[in-house]
Amino acid sequence: MTTTTPGTFTPRPGAAPLPRMIAAQALLETRMLLRNGEQLLLTVIIPALLLVLFGSVDIVDTGEGAAVDFLAPGILALAVLSTAFTGQAIATGFERRYGVLKRLAVSPLPRWGLMTAKTLAVLVTEVLQVILLTVIAFALGWSPHGNPVAVVLLLALGTAAFSGLGLLMAGTLKAEATLAAANLVFLLLLVGGGVIVPLDRFPDAAQAVLGLLPIAALSGGLRDVLQHGASIPWGDLGVLAVWAVAGLAAAGRFFRWE
Amino acid sequence: MRSEPVVQVQALVKRYGTKTAVDGLDLVARTGVTAVLGPNGAGKTTTVEICEGYRRPDSGTVRVLGLDPVTQGPALRPRIGVMLQSGGVYSGARADEMLRHVAALHAHPLDVDGLIERLGLGSCGRTTYRRLSGGQQRRLALAMAVVGRPELVFLDEPGAGLDPQARRATWDLVRDLRADGVSVILTTHHMDEAEQLADDVAVIDAGRVVAQGSPEELCRGGAENTLRFTGRPGLDVGSLLKALPANTSAVEPAPGSYRVTGTIDPQLLATVTSWCAQNGVMPDRISVERHTLEDVFLELTGKELRA
Repeated sequence: MTTTTPGTFTPRPGAAPLPRMIAAQALLETRMLLRNGEQLLLTVIIPALLLVLFGSVDIVDTGEGAAVDFLAPGILALAVLSTAFTGQAIATGFERRYGVLKRLAVSPLPRWGLMTAKTLAVLVTEVLQVILLTVIAFALGWSPHGNPVAVVLLLALGTAAFSGLGLLMAGTLKAEATLAAANLVFLLLLVGGGVIVPLDRFPDAAQAVLGLLPIAALSGGLRDVLQHGASIPWGDLGVLAVWAVAGLAAAGRFFRWE
Repeated sequence: MRSEPVVQVQALVKRYGTKTAVDGLDLVARTGVTAVLGPNGAGKTTTVEICEGYRRPDSGTVRVLGLDPVTQGPALRPRIGVMLQSGGVYSGARADEMLRHVAALHAHPLDVDGLIERLGLGSCGRTTYRRLSGGQQRRLALAMAVVGRPELVFLDEPGAGLDPQARRATWDLVRDLRADGVSVILTTHHMDEAEQLADDVAVIDAGRVVAQGSPEELCRGGAENTLRFTGRPGLDVGSLLKALPANTSAVEPAPGSYRVTGTIDPQLLATVTSWCAQNGVMPDRISVERHTLEDVFLELTGKELRA
């Protein structure tokens, strides 16, 4: 431990420019996400493995056409779910628990700047996921159709919906409860949200309810576009928009920073 | 030098449910180092966290660097540095990575490498926060509080959980901050920390300031001090008493053993030794017992254990 030249600490306060702060925060959040083994399992390994496994082995009857044409849209929806909801909820829950949010709250970075950075980190991760999963899907013989704008719209609204729900969970429950609940929800939505099991395998009454889940709207919408070449799936976009508005509003209202 | 108030708290009240954590607290901290001293649960952290803008006061006014932490937070935050009592770092982040990040949020940060070396954090290497030792975690929190070159630094229990070397390094850093014109508010329940570092000490108990002043003032004002010496038995303490200032006592509790109680300053010591010289007495084993801040603290806040 050494001494420091006098004058080293002479005050010279000031916030960095906002774009620089947000970029730095987004970069750090992304690094934290990609460094965490459990997060990688959830966001990269599980979706990739499911795609390879169910795309090459005929385990679930996916209806007409190549299995991968059914699966790829569902797995893309799962990727959004894993990052925007499960990953973000768990990470944010523990950041809250370990005082990271508290410490950042007294930094020059405003709260909305922190939330923007978190969103950017989620989007960067999703882009990486989409690239990886697309490459795998093409290797399995995927032939997507449809309007890319509709796909981007669906992914963006899905991200907003899952982020709202994930942050609501992280900001209200204890970190351990968030960990357990976020994983449980991930598993339930994986099975019951039309990701790898077509919704029409469920009884009619269940289908009506499951169809309103954000994961079902996202995977259904992506499938309508990418598998069946639909233009803009307004119904699914509408469901996602309702979830997004409700989730983000509830998160904004109930999120506790400590 | 110590005229500008950096923190001004008036009639502050903060309740959590039915519990009153801060109960009409008044505090003025000026430039320099102010220690907020008090037993656990006295309201130290609550008061400091209100100053940092974390909590809204139930009533009373708070000004930090002239700003209201609740309504003027965006203007205030770049100007202050905060060391929390625990945590505050991504569990998967490395020490240098987190410090560089906090530096990147400020316009004119300190040289991060210099600060890392200064606080002995270089040895942390690629270790992530959750695997750092408690002392390393505390030093990182301290570094994060000063890296943005703030005008005012809040340190919540900076010395807690540190080994003597790390504690010394922390104290040296606080002294250098002060020398460079950074004001410091630190909470502690270590008397030596307050005595060593603070220009001003505010003793808090049950949500109020029960005493405030420099460590010397508190030691002088709060309790009487004692001077003892031995000489031949049966000296005329009455004539000694006449030579001493008012409200000083002089007694011979045991033959040949003398005790003077009052405000013991250099003048009084000279008076006693010259009286001894006049009486041909060699004051053997002359000793001055000054009250420490700890005595004052226990006197003010009671000796019983708190829940």
